[in-house]
Amino acid sequence: MTSASPARRARLGSAQTRAAWILVIPFVAVFAAMFLVPLGYSAYLSTFTSQLVGGQVFSGLANYQRALGDPSFWAGLSRVAIFLVVQVPIMLVASLFFALALDSGRMCGGKVVRLLIFLPYAVPSVVATLMWGYLYGENFGLITQIFTGLGLPAPELLAPGAILGSTMNIVCWEFIGYNMIIMYAALRTIPTELYEAAAIDGAGEFRVAWSIKIPAIRQAIILTVIFSIIGSFQLFNEPNLLFNIAPNAIGSDFTPNLYAYNLAFKNQDVNYAAAIAFLLGMVIVVLSVIVQGIVNRKEKTS
Amino acid sequence: MSQADIDKAMDTPTTITFWAWAPDMQKEVDLFEAKYPKINVELVNTSSGTQQYPKLRAALKAGKGAPDVAQVEYQYIPSFRQTGSLADLTPYGAAEAKDDFVDWIWNQVADDKGVWAVPQDSGPLGNLYRSDIFAQAGVSAPETWADYAAVAATIKEKTGSYIADLPGNDPGQMVGFFWQAGAKPFGYDGDKTVKIDLDSPATQKVVSFWQDLVKKDLVATDADFNDEWYQGLAQGKYASWQVAAWGPIFLQGTAKNTSGKWTAAKIPQWEAGQDVSGNWGGSTTAVMESSPNKIAAYEFAKFINTDSEAALTLANEQFLFPTTKATLSDPKFVDQASEFYGGQKVNEFFAGVSDTVDKNFQWLPFMDFVYSSYNETLGKAISEKGDMTGGLAAWDAAVTDYAKQQGFTVE
Repeated sequence: MTSASPARRARLGSAQTRAAWILVIPFVAVFAAMFLVPLGYSAYLSTFTSQLVGGQVFSGLANYQRALGDPSFWAGLSRVAIFLVVQVPIMLVASLFFALALDSGRMCGGKVVRLLIFLPYAVPSVVATLMWGYLYGENFGLITQIFTGLGLPAPELLAPGAILGSTMNIVCWEFIGYNMIIMYAALRTIPTELYEAAAIDGAGEFRVAWSIKIPAIRQAIILTVIFSIIGSFQLFNEPNLLFNIAPNAIGSDFTPNLYAYNLAFKNQDVNYAAAIAFLLGMVIVVLSVIVQGIVNRKEKTS
Repeated sequence: MSQADIDKAMDTPTTITFWAWAPDMQKEVDLFEAKYPKINVELVNTSSGTQQYPKLRAALKAGKGAPDVAQVEYQYIPSFRQTGSLADLTPYGAAEAKDDFVDWIWNQVADDKGVWAVPQDSGPLGNLYRSDIFAQAGVSAPETWADYAAVAATIKEKTGSYIADLPGNDPGQMVGFFWQAGAKPFGYDGDKTVKIDLDSPATQKVVSFWQDLVKKDLVATDADFNDEWYQGLAQGKYASWQVAAWGPIFLQGTAKNTSGKWTAAKIPQWEAGQDVSGNWGGSTTAVMESSPNKIAAYEFAKFINTDSEAALTLANEQFLFPTTKATLSDPKFVDQASEFYGGQKVNEFFAGVSDTVDKNFQWLPFMDFVYSSYNETLGKAISEKGDMTGGLAAWDAAVTDYAKQQGFTVE
């Protein structure tokens, strides 16, 4: 080994490192500015307690302690948990059904149908909620009008007991098309030889869907599950707008996100809101990791 | 501050920033800039109060980016005062403007410690009713709240309409009713002491009155300012609306198909022969303590609200109900006959109401919380047609707890 070799390797190494850094810098800068700094700042804020009289004092983990004993936080969290358990399966099964139906190529006017199912996603959630709110209206809403027209008692879709279901319906309407597109795109990448082989083996359309298509797009389905978990816990726009038509059914703590917003901007308690937001973020991280873990273990065993 | 200082400031090239959500404020800005060419006003439209306040608080806290002048509603003046954000306008001669304004409005912006803003618009309460529905029921506009209850029953029986809607999401209207009933639910010394008396005989009187009507199903309890409610107004579900002076124009835009069928009347009285009203809404133009150009900022606030042309533009083109005695008696404002109200001179009518608003009404330095907690207490009881007096007590308790938690001394 000559003495020049390691030196040259080192030089090469450092040049490579430099190049790598230069290439990575834009990402790191944006990541730091848009992600790490706000995260760090809200963590910092959450360790203070502020009063309108007396100002801010450092209080360590007191806000977290308060949050863990706060029934409003838990009520919101369990509400979005119910939402997750009920709405997400319905939405994803519907998305999968539509994706498979479109992929089978047996649907007439497939392109138009695909566009129609996807269209709600293109409507901003604010507009969607206003529209559904109007349809739900208990006097002049379309649903009420139809029921009374048929001589039936109209369902009270904005009553406290029904509002969670009504919200689920809006979110389903908005996101079935979105998830369908992800699954449908994955389905299009499956090599058609597999279907031919299956057909030779005598497999029908359902068998192909069950044994080939669904396992093949597993990764895409998992992606939609993770997105939906995050989306459920971040539920904000829909309840925030529905509050205007159903103030008695939606409180300021309907979802943890709405609760944090109200704490920060109505109660002027930014520090406590930061703690709530942080805890919510932790819950999402933990759940996502658990889901990933389950999926990975299954993948290994299968 | 001498006149020479003011003249010098107004002759020095200066740029001031003005935050407001009222539409088309550029009109008043242009009038001001024509008179003071050296002063440049940058108008920022913040689209609504609810969007502006958090931004304003954040900018003030950051010590950077706050405007020189901003539109602030009466009930939020104490919260900005509490953080030391509002400039006392007394050194700039604001106290001299006292007699230009209706006295109760002046009390909303000034006290013995200073003048905290220039009034911009107001909302004295009246009663807009459907003359056709009332005629069909064979009743006339109620003069007292007792009449109102009787009229409510007749209207429901003869026409099927509710006499009105009592929204469970609108603390502003409820506080207006309290104001009219002579209640003094809030007090603030401008420092650390607040008075909270939401659950008093006067407020209980108001709440139990409505409770009774709600229980008998004579008033609706729908949330207001949403599509369902607009439809209700347009289709005669509610035969009247107890609303502020900004209501007539609003209604005209919302229920166009009912043109000519409405009449403005006085708000019903608690005692026969009385003539008192309350207020719902209205805003001011306030100068920020952090502004480096307070003279120009104050002159601007004063100009847009007291210059005869600017004030008349605010009233006639932006439909902000006036606060100055001059505009409230200007023929160009009061003599307009409104077709929507069957030719009635609605402006003149409400100008008269403005003189009857109870003078002494104060706010707490945290009205955001007071109003948001309403939705969980009294407001919720209204929407659910439940125990409203219990809701009132719960509201009082929630506000008191919050005040203590925030370090205020509660009287």
